[in-house]
This record gives sequence, C-alpha cells and structure tokens, in this order.
Amino acid sequence: MTKMNMIAALNSALEHQLERDENVVIFGEDVGYFGGVFRVTAKLQDKFGAHRVFDSPLAEGGIAAIAMGMGLNGLRPVAEIQFADYIFPAYDQIVNEIAKLRHRSGGEFTAPLTFRTPAGGGIKGGHHHSQSPEAQFTHTPGLKVVYCSNPYNAKGLLTSAIECNDPVIFFEPKRCYRGPFYGDPHNVPTWNDHPDGEVPDDYYSIPLEQARIVKEGSACTVIAWGAMVHVSEQAIKDSGIDCELIDLQTLVPWDRDTVVNSVKKTGRCVIVHEAPKTSGFGAEMSASIQERCFYNLEAPIIRVTGWDTPFPHTTEWDYLPSPERIAEAIKKTQEE
Amino acid sequence: MTERKTIATTPYTIGVAPFRPGDESSFGGSFTEKPEDLNRPDPLKCDSQDTVNHASGLIRVMDDDNKAKGEWNPKLSTEDMIQGLEYMMRLRIFDDRMLKMQRTGKLSFYMRSFGEEAIAIAQTMALETQDWIFPSYRQPGAQFVRGRDMVSMICHCIGNTEDNVKGRQMPVHYTWKEGRFISISSPVGTQFSQAVGVAMASAYKGDDEVCISWLGDGTSAQGDYHYALNFASTFKPPVILNVVNNQWAISTHKNLATGGRTFAERGLAYDIPSLRVDGNDFLALYSVTKWARERAGAGLGPTHIEVYTYRAGAHSSSDDPSAYRPDNEFECWPGGDPVERLKLHLIEAKLWDEKKHAALEKKIDDEVMTAYKEACEFGDLASGPYPPASTIFTEVYETVPWHVQEQREELGK
Repeated sequence: MTKMNMIAALNSALEHQLERDENVVIFGEDVGYFGGVFRVTAKLQDKFGAHRVFDSPLAEGGIAAIAMGMGLNGLRPVAEIQFADYIFPAYDQIVNEIAKLRHRSGGEFTAPLTFRTPAGGGIKGGHHHSQSPEAQFTHTPGLKVVYCSNPYNAKGLLTSAIECNDPVIFFEPKRCYRGPFYGDPHNVPTWNDHPDGEVPDDYYSIPLEQARIVKEGSACTVIAWGAMVHVSEQAIKDSGIDCELIDLQTLVPWDRDTVVNSVKKTGRCVIVHEAPKTSGFGAEMSASIQERCFYNLEAPIIRVTGWDTPFPHTTEWDYLPSPERIAEAIKKTQEE
Repeated sequence: MTERKTIATTPYTIGVAPFRPGDESSFGGSFTEKPEDLNRPDPLKCDSQDTVNHASGLIRVMDDDNKAKGEWNPKLSTEDMIQGLEYMMRLRIFDDRMLKMQRTGKLSFYMRSFGEEAIAIAQTMALETQDWIFPSYRQPGAQFVRGRDMVSMICHCIGNTEDNVKGRQMPVHYTWKEGRFISISSPVGTQFSQAVGVAMASAYKGDDEVCISWLGDGTSAQGDYHYALNFASTFKPPVILNVVNNQWAISTHKNLATGGRTFAERGLAYDIPSLRVDGNDFLALYSVTKWARERAGAGLGPTHIEVYTYRAGAHSSSDDPSAYRPDNEFECWPGGDPVERLKLHLIEAKLWDEKKHAALEKKIDDEVMTAYKEACEFGDLASGPYPPASTIFTEVYETVPWHVQEQREELGK
C-alpha cells in the first residue's frame, strides 16, 4: 500500500497495463514527453518508449479515429482527451463509428479502447473546462461509461476499462485529482488522510458494472458519482440523517440491483450529479428506480444537479450542487 | 502474418523537438532569408501560383541592421510606427501586470502574448475598423488598436461586476461587440471556419468588410482549420486566415504534430495565395495584411498566412515550460523580440530614442496601474464582489424558459 493521489493511482494503472500487455499504447495531447497537463502519464514515455506513449497532434476527432483504427487492428489504445469539454470534435467518431462498430459489422470487428478524460467543475474553469458530459455518452448504445471518484477506485476501474473489450469513456473528476472535494472551495484536503488514498502498488482491478456502497444507512439512499460522492458525504453528515451513500462508479451498464435493493430498504432516494438536470443520467436512474421500487417509495425521488445553463466561471459555487442543497433534498424526502 | 521488411528503426515515426531541457538551443543566428528575396506580387492580379516562393520562403522587411528594405516595405508613417510600438509596449506591460494579479490570487488564470505582440497589433492596424476579428489566445492586442478601455479588459479577466460577459468566461476569453472582436474559445480552432462564414455573410450583404482569424500551429491539426481552407477556397469570401506558428502547442513542438513542410504551403494545395511572414517583424506583418486586405476587399477571396514566430512565455499561468524546453530559446530566436526590433528600427531611422522610449514605458506603466486599481474597485477574484448568481440563468435563451426560471427560484439568488 502506498499513499497516492488520483493522478499517481491512474499513472500506476497505466504503468501496469503497459507492462502486462504489449498491445497497450497511450497517446493524446501533451501526454508523451511532458506526461500530460495533469501529469497522469508522467514518466511513462521514458519507461516504455515513444512509440507506446506519444504526443498526438491537437485534434480530438483524429485521436478518436486513430484509436478506433488501432483498436480494430489488435492494439488496445488508451487515449487522453485533455478536457472532457474538448471531446466534441471526436463525438462523431465515438457515437457513429466506435460505439457501433461491433454491431454494424455483425460482430466481426471490435475496437477495445479507452478514452480517459478529466471532467467536472470546481477549478474556476468556466464553461469549457468544467463540464461533465457523461449523459452525452450514456445515451449512446455500445459505449461503457465509467466515472471514478477516488485514487483507489480510479486505479482499479481504469484497469478494468482498459481490459474491457468494449469501448469505454472514463471520466476523472479533475477537482479530486489531488484531494477529495467536500463542497467548500476553501477546504482543500489531500488524499493523504483519506482511506481511499491508500492504494496497492500491485496490479488489481475493480469490476465495471458494480456500484460501491460508501456508507450504509436506512433513512434515504443518496446516489452520486465523481466529485459529487464527497459533496454528498458532507451533505449527509450535515443533515444528521442516516443515509445510505452509493458511488455508482459505472454509469453504463449501471449496478441496478445494488441501487434498487437500497431504495427498497430506505424507501427514499436523492440522486446527485453536477451535469445539467434535463436529460441528465439522474433522469434515467430516477425512471428506472420508480419502475422497480414504486410500492416501496415513501417520497418522490429528488434530483440535485447542476442547472440547465452553461457552467459559469466566477459564480461556479452557485452552480455546483452544494452540501446545503443536497442536505435540503435529503430532509425533504423525510417529510412526505 | 508476414513480417514487415522495413528500413525504419521504429514502428512509426515519432517527431523530435529540436531542443529539450538540458540542451543548449541554437537556431543558427539570424534568418538566412533576406528582405530583398521576395517580390511583392500585384495583389489584384495574383493567384496562388504566384506565391509559391512566398509560401516556402519568409517575407521580411526589417533587416538584421534594423533598416526597412525590399518590396514589402509598407513605408509606414512615423506616427503609425510609434503608435504600433506604443500598443506593443502597452500589451507587454498589461500582460505582466495581469500575470502578477494571477499569482496573487486576484485572477484565476492568465495567458500572455509575450513575444507575439506584433501579430494582432500590426495586422489589425492594417485592417479597416469595420473588419471582423476572430482571435485565438494570443491576439488580445487587437483590442488596443480598436480602442478598448483597459479597465474593461481587466474587469473581464477578473470576472467582476463590471465584466461585460458577467463572470461567465475564463480570463482572456475577451469578447467585445463594439470592436467586432468575437470571443476566444478554449476548444481551439472553432473560430477559423466561423470566420469564413462571417466573410460569406459580408459578401452576401455587399458590405466592405473583411474577416481575419488566427489559430496556432498546433490547432492547425483540427478539422476546423481544414474546413476553413476548403470553404474559403470554394466560395472565395473576403477572409484572411493566419496560422501563428509559434513552434509550441503547450508542450508539443510542431515537429511532433505535423510531417508537412511550411504551414503556408498547405494553402497552395487549396489554390489560396499563401504567404509566410516573420511574425516578429512589425512592418512585414503590416504589409502582408494590407496586401491580403486589398485582395479581399476587391472580391478576390482569401489569403492564407503563416506567421512565423516563437512562443516566448509559458502557454498559460498553469504551464511550466522548463519541463519540456530549454530556457534560452527565445533569446536565440532569429526573429528576436518584436518590440525591441521596431524600437531599434525607429532609433536607427532617428525617429526615436532611448529617452523617449523610457518615458513612454513609464507613462504606460502608470496607466496600466491606474486601470488595474480602478478595475479592482469593481471586485477581484479573491474578495469579490462578483456578478450576481442570477447571471447564471439569463441569456441562455432569448427569454428564460419555465424550467430555467424554476431553477433560478430554487437557488434563491
């Protein structure tokens, strides 16, 4: 076990994959010599050579298409999209090509590949460095969508994502790279004092499609992913209500059993995400939960999300779901 | 599988930066190209084939002895040259002040134009005031030429109550309708093809407007660059498309991101007249832009320009170039320092002297300081006040729809 922040944990997962599978290659903007603008790929080019870890031209559409080509011809590319906000030039390649390759070739071709991308707000990044576009991909059949939240699950989930034979979009909450985020911008803890900052040096994986129960409880189920896991944890503390907190980890395919069992137990549910509300993944979950838990629900399911507006710069703390808003929603589920 | 018989030593080619930390950079002294090398074709009779040498060579005006020479000498008035020098000095001093603000927590982020000050300033001076500007990150200097108040620019960077974009954008993402200056976009390159659309609209309406846009050598890998060239080649609207080749896209040297020859030569394949210009030579930049403006204004269509320069500073306040390039590169860049070069040209021509220069520097420094203090009175990032949270919900649509209105009420601010 070593104390790692999320950057080091992701780097460790990539290093193991490069060692274990000679078909793994890593590329993206600034990932080679420099090791990435967030340093997730630091030193990997030195260790594994410039044809396995390299800088690509600045063209996300090209990065996606090249990854698909490599993937369908036997490699296992892990490409970095520098910010999730920059993924849209690649959207056509991802949605129309990569996601549908297996299906439209009658199963003859597949392209196992992973796109890693830092997502989410909290770094004063304005609308082009803060978005959390997971729903743009959960709505695309053929893609698996993963959202890590801490160093331990970042390493384990990235390992599974790379080993997965389906294409995976892997979101990394950039606000949590160096420490958990509890919704207070002035409180900047590191991963040093957090149990999930303890990361095995050795290879390990965490299966996709499994949610993680962060904290058991009986009064309300709170579901979150990415940075919102920690904000929800704070909100639960603040509310004083005995909530069960679920970190979804994989959004497609999501761990419906864990969620449904929890909501059947608590009878109440709050879903938290930082992306806008309309057509957010919370809407999909809410619909699915009521289909299966209708007679167990004691109160309406509440979503606490980012607003249906572009992500702001100066006023970002009024945009992101705060512990106060989440706690208020939790309390509301207790009133009905 | 049959094994590949290859003479290559690596599976595929990985480009190499000329120098990395620990190396001693050297670019061989001054440019081998001279101001007299290239003729200035008649802009009204020129087609792409007349610019073959201009796309592979380098258009210069100020020679190594600081004298203006050759057919491209724009013969600018003393007044214009001193004005250009003043704008460049202003931009550099402004940038330094803003970076200091960022370092003390008064701004979230900053990007300087250091080493590239001549580009937007000379090129905007060569345009008409009704011409449209679609900048990349290092063209904020165009706003000085168009007369934007520094207080307004600083308020934007802070994102305070006087920010004209209401705290919505990151610093340096200026947008300014009065100056026909369209917002910079972080997903880089998008502006390049938009500029072609603006130019098509100008042509459609019959207005005497030209649109200019810039993007970087790195960004020229994006589809938007190639869309722009192909649409411009097809419809021939009044547009000037510049690739600012400053060698570095964050940490990625251009050698790692293109196998092509010069960036300018790409334009020839689209049958667009294409020029390659010393981006640290104020007079050459002015001259090529005037030439392109004349063609565009006469209805002869686009010009493609490679602006050959060097990114003297970090990509942004978040970047540390010492991790990927030697520190001395700008000092030995053959194009030198654009501010220093115009200054020396003026001194050489006995139109300027060190004393006047120092006095002007002091005057600008005071003005920037005054503007900075005035802007901070409207709030700084560290202590506010900020634009009201209600600005999150407005101007998303023309009118606020019910669902956004409900969310605004839920926030209660």
